[in-house]
Amino acid sequence: MELTDFFTNYTLRTITLGTAVLGAICGMLGSFAVLRKQSLLGDAISHASLPGIALAFIITGVKNDNLILIGALISGLVGTFWIKGIVKRTRLKNDTALGLILSLFFGLGMLLLTFIQKMPNANQAGLDKYLFGQAATLVEEDVWVMATVTGISLIVLLLFWKELKLLLFDPDYTKTLGFNTRFLDILITSFIVLAIVLGLKTVGVVLMSAMLLAPAAAARQWTNNLGIMIVLTSILGAFSGVLGTAISASQDNLSTGPVIVLVAAAFVAISFVFSPGRGLLFREIRIRRNRRELHLRKTLTFMYHIARDHEEISHPHAIKILNNFHGFSRKSLTKLEEQQFIKLNGKEWALTKKGYNEAEAMYNKMGTTHD
Amino acid sequence: MKEKNYAIKIDDLTVAYNYKPVLWDIDLKIPEGVLMAIVGPNGAGKSTLIKSILNIIKPIAGTVKVFGKPYKQQVDKVAYVPQKGSVDWDFPTIALDVVMMGTYGSLGWIKRPGQKEKKQALEALEKVGMLAFKDRQISQLSGGQQQRIFLARALVQNASIYLMDEPFQGVDATTEKAIINILKELRHAGKTLIVVHHDLQTVPKYFDWVTFLNVKGIASGPVRDIFNDDNLTKTYGINYKVAVNK
Ligand SMILES: Nc1ncnc2c1ncn2[C@@H]1O[C@H](COP(=O)(O)OP(=O)(O)OP(=O)(O)O)[C@@H](O)[C@H]1O
Ligand SMILES: [Mg+2]
Repeated sequence: MELTDFFTNYTLRTITLGTAVLGAICGMLGSFAVLRKQSLLGDAISHASLPGIALAFIITGVKNDNLILIGALISGLVGTFWIKGIVKRTRLKNDTALGLILSLFFGLGMLLLTFIQKMPNANQAGLDKYLFGQAATLVEEDVWVMATVTGISLIVLLLFWKELKLLLFDPDYTKTLGFNTRFLDILITSFIVLAIVLGLKTVGVVLMSAMLLAPAAAARQWTNNLGIMIVLTSILGAFSGVLGTAISASQDNLSTGPVIVLVAAAFVAISFVFSPGRGLLFREIRIRRNRRELHLRKTLTFMYHIARDHEEISHPHAIKILNNFHGFSRKSLTKLEEQQFIKLNGKEWALTKKGYNEAEAMYNKMGTTHD
Repeated sequence: MKEKNYAIKIDDLTVAYNYKPVLWDIDLKIPEGVLMAIVGPNGAGKSTLIKSILNIIKPIAGTVKVFGKPYKQQVDKVAYVPQKGSVDWDFPTIALDVVMMGTYGSLGWIKRPGQKEKKQALEALEKVGMLAFKDRQISQLSGGQQQRIFLARALVQNASIYLMDEPFQGVDATTEKAIINILKELRHAGKTLIVVHHDLQTVPKYFDWVTFLNVKGIASGPVRDIFNDDNLTKTYGINYKVAVNK
């Protein structure tokens, strides 16, 4: 794909815009699912929408995208509130209820799809695109619908920012302050269902939850501020959409949905390794640096013990006498000299004034914490 | 005594999770202005009792009155300090933000906290000795510091009744002293404090009122009258001495 294609090719532009907006809204709402520890909920909702898709076609007998999405929405909502009902009224745990509804609805959906296949007007249905998504079928109207829903959910988010933040952190406390947590819960869950249903045509039932979770999981690694996290999640989501569309457009036979999800997953992997605060790489570097620093300090204190017994601090000593000391190495001596704590001279070392003071301060500090 | 003089009055309260009763037919009258401990073994229903008072859990039967009215009408008069482990401290926010949450109730829906609320939060942080940590990421606070943050959040609410679930859990001696001093100060200011407490040895030193609970309400009254072997045995079984001596 050439860059100019984007500006001249109307279809590609529509798809790119669509996946970008979809990535943004899924990211935004996915933050809530992740922070509420409801990662599986997205998966359950998207799978629960399948029977609605099939039933909408069976009942109306026509393949109308909007009718099918309404079917998906209804069946997704029914599944979601069944899950909540099951958790509330029975002994079943949350994840059990999620798994139960997911398999039940998905199984029913698959059954109905097989049934549709045997119907006379089967081949015009093309409902399997909802399983894995088909971004190529996005039209301008879809983009407008997605943009409108994104706008509305942004307004709702800003309006109830304080309440939603409180609910995410401490739902019981939210209740004791007199807020209606049921209303807040229904509000946020409904928007999550809406975002998922909007994404079905592009990404499909099976991979939809990754769109919801991956950007949020990645963004969480880079910031400790809720607001920044949600903004970053939307950006990452939108970027995954754009990049995924570009990659799949540049090759034949690469479907867009899975590529977008893979791009988002790559962001997650990169974030888990490279983020400065929580990433594995920087954690390892930090641990090593601390260990090295500790090593140097130990050597310096050892030198201090030797130098203390002499009248002159900077009296030179043979490097050999350090050989008995565990943790001493040539490299650490050079490091200490770089920091001007010691002076090296052939086979001898001597503490500097600065090194002596540093070691003394350290020694005294250790003394007080030990007593 | 007239009903109005009770900070909290509970009648025939029964609570169950999944049909198994956890609290059975509790009657409890808590006078205004006491510093009260709720004691009982693990699983006795102490946290459940507090949550029922706060209307977090709906009881099967019974009523709870706060200053003579249902909790819903008195939300602004009650502050809650949950068990520290009830939230995920890896949440992306800072200490000051958590304390500010104490002002959300009086702000009501949609309205955002401003300078006035921030000032209140900073004062509360100062009171619990956590001002220096105001911008600290909450996951990087120690257990005792997290407990103080929760206490500060409740202080900001400026309530008349404080319900606290094990505020001394996992804190060192210094923090425990600091917290109990704040509680005593609140009591002197006429507040009612209800505290779930596990260390039986410190009950007479810290509290002036005590409730023994083990699914059923066993006794409730002034510490000097009812804190005795008889009630301890009824609550903890014959091994309560082990509990006292650890
Ligand atoms: N969400 C719940 N679902 C089912 N059972 C519960 C739930 N919460 C508590 N229970 C049960 O209710 C009983 C009372 O629990 P509660 O937490 O009130 O006890 P507690 O006195 O606070 O105990 P602890 O000293 O351990 O904090 C226990 O048997 C517990 O297993
Ligand atoms: Mg408890």
